[in-house]
Amino acid sequence: MPIFPLQVFLEPLADHPWTYLVFGLIGFAFGFVLEISGFGNSKKLAAQFYFKDLTVLKVMFTAIVTGMVLIFLSSALGILNFNLVYVPETHLWPGIVGGLIMGVGFVVGGFCPGTSIVSASTLKVDGIVFVLGAAVGVWAFGESVQPFWNWWNQSGYYGRVTLMDVFHLSTGWVVLLVVLMALFMFWGSEKLEKIIGKRDMSREPKLRLIGAATLVVLAVAIILIGQPTATEKWASISTVKTAALADRTVQVHPGELLASLANQKLNVVMLDVRSEADYNLFHIQDAQNVPLEKINTLIPVLITESSANKVIVLMSNDEGAATDAWKIMQAESVPNVYILEGGINQWISIFGATDASILPIEGSVPDDQLRYTFGAALGDRYEACSPAPYEWNLDYTPKIELKLQRSPSGGGCG
Amino acid sequence: MTTAAPNTTRKGLPGRTPKPYVHPYLGGALLGLVLFLAFLLTRNGLGASGGLNRLTAAVEDLVVPGHIDRTPYLLKMAGGSLNPLDDWSVPVFIGALFGGMVSGLLSGRTKLEIIKGPNISNRTRLIMAFIGGVFFAYGARMARGCTSGQALSGGATLSAGSWVLMMCIFAGAYALAYFVRRLWN
Repeated sequence: MPIFPLQVFLEPLADHPWTYLVFGLIGFAFGFVLEISGFGNSKKLAAQFYFKDLTVLKVMFTAIVTGMVLIFLSSALGILNFNLVYVPETHLWPGIVGGLIMGVGFVVGGFCPGTSIVSASTLKVDGIVFVLGAAVGVWAFGESVQPFWNWWNQSGYYGRVTLMDVFHLSTGWVVLLVVLMALFMFWGSEKLEKIIGKRDMSREPKLRLIGAATLVVLAVAIILIGQPTATEKWASISTVKTAALADRTVQVHPGELLASLANQKLNVVMLDVRSEADYNLFHIQDAQNVPLEKINTLIPVLITESSANKVIVLMSNDEGAATDAWKIMQAESVPNVYILEGGINQWISIFGATDASILPIEGSVPDDQLRYTFGAALGDRYEACSPAPYEWNLDYTPKIELKLQRSPSGGGCG
Repeated sequence: MTTAAPNTTRKGLPGRTPKPYVHPYLGGALLGLVLFLAFLLTRNGLGASGGLNRLTAAVEDLVVPGHIDRTPYLLKMAGGSLNPLDDWSVPVFIGALFGGMVSGLLSGRTKLEIIKGPNISNRTRLIMAFIGGVFFAYGARMARGCTSGQALSGGATLSAGSWVLMMCIFAGAYALAYFVRRLWN
């Protein structure tokens, strides 16, 4: 079971005040490294855009490639749980327009926000003024976003998509291609600096070639090891999780589900993992049909859009398919997932007992099959699909325990 | 802000010549390591404009608290009893200020000065720095992140949107570079 990211950082920071200090230290290292790289100097930054000194590109892409290789190597080795790592969601059009505006700000002002911080703290007046301008800029955005709020939130929204999803390539291959692209750009940059910047590149340290080779070797290692599969992820947590299944701590009684649906403080998402045919015959009102074999497609959405009060309840006819879906979700680190105890069959036995058009099947029925026949495929229009919570007073042991989560996006630049 | 601006004469610590910057690839590798450690420990990467955003919202919350509660964008950061400063991006921002400060002092690069191209006045440089800051931060909030939160952090985690955005930052800057060449050359 991957131990990183550390559990305390998945919880609200205010519960563990010392975590602020960790972020402070990370920020300190960030500022320190930016400064020693020359990023407090606007002329050095702007020279990038006249091909004279390509320090910005070299530092940025070396950082991206180094970070990327280390992230995916530790994920491949099972040290880091990549599903818990915050990947900025893709909002394509706001990203494109915002990116172009940032480019304008970069070449006019000579900084980006991070670099202006270290420029200001080394008393460069232009850096201090840029920070003040940036404060006005963030304020102006908050005040002016209202008229295009929907565009900002929805246009080109794809959620958590990575280059692996876009190009349908495995993680390792994307990592290797990005490394090779960066090395090619470094080679090109050095040529440009020689021709346009008139710099003597013969005295560049040979160590950089060893660094380049190391990156390529590590990228190939990531391809060879491969990222952990859902089965492997489940294997690493199965002991604990199987115990939870056996102790019935994650199976929610129909009465608790009904009460939770009526609880305004909870956002209950019901996922019906049966076949579409069964779903059409009868399903609980507002349950979404996601057949078990398609549950994987939902994982990125569930990871990105998890919030503190969201509870997912999985259901099948009995518990078989729902339990399989639960295992997948546990393996993929989706938070707050439960199983409907006894499935749809038990739900009907409680809430549909008096409905004359729902009749129990005589004799034995295989596990996880419907034990009822229906007058018609009415979907959620049977009365038992949406029982009134106040009419029922059922006895159950509450199982839902909300684990408060820090919202994965959490702010930051986002 | 442009009146009595100090000119380019250096008022640094006496008797110290600034140390040279580290090699770009070394700086980049160290930055990548910091980025990796941030993700490994905390799940979040690095950020700069987010922290500034929250500091600005905190000031607004002090001055015009009612306004925050009527503005959806500010509401989710500072609405009601929410503390806009209760976010990881704020200590990262403050930490970066101190990190830059300590590095500048150690290397003798801390000097009250204006860095600019040879052909513009101090006044022009400062006006342009201000305008640039406004534009950059406005774009950063629209794109939900700047060069740190999107290009670096999203780049290293291979977010598709972050890569597009990164290309757009460079495209925007290169497209305009020729027209503002007098600022820097």
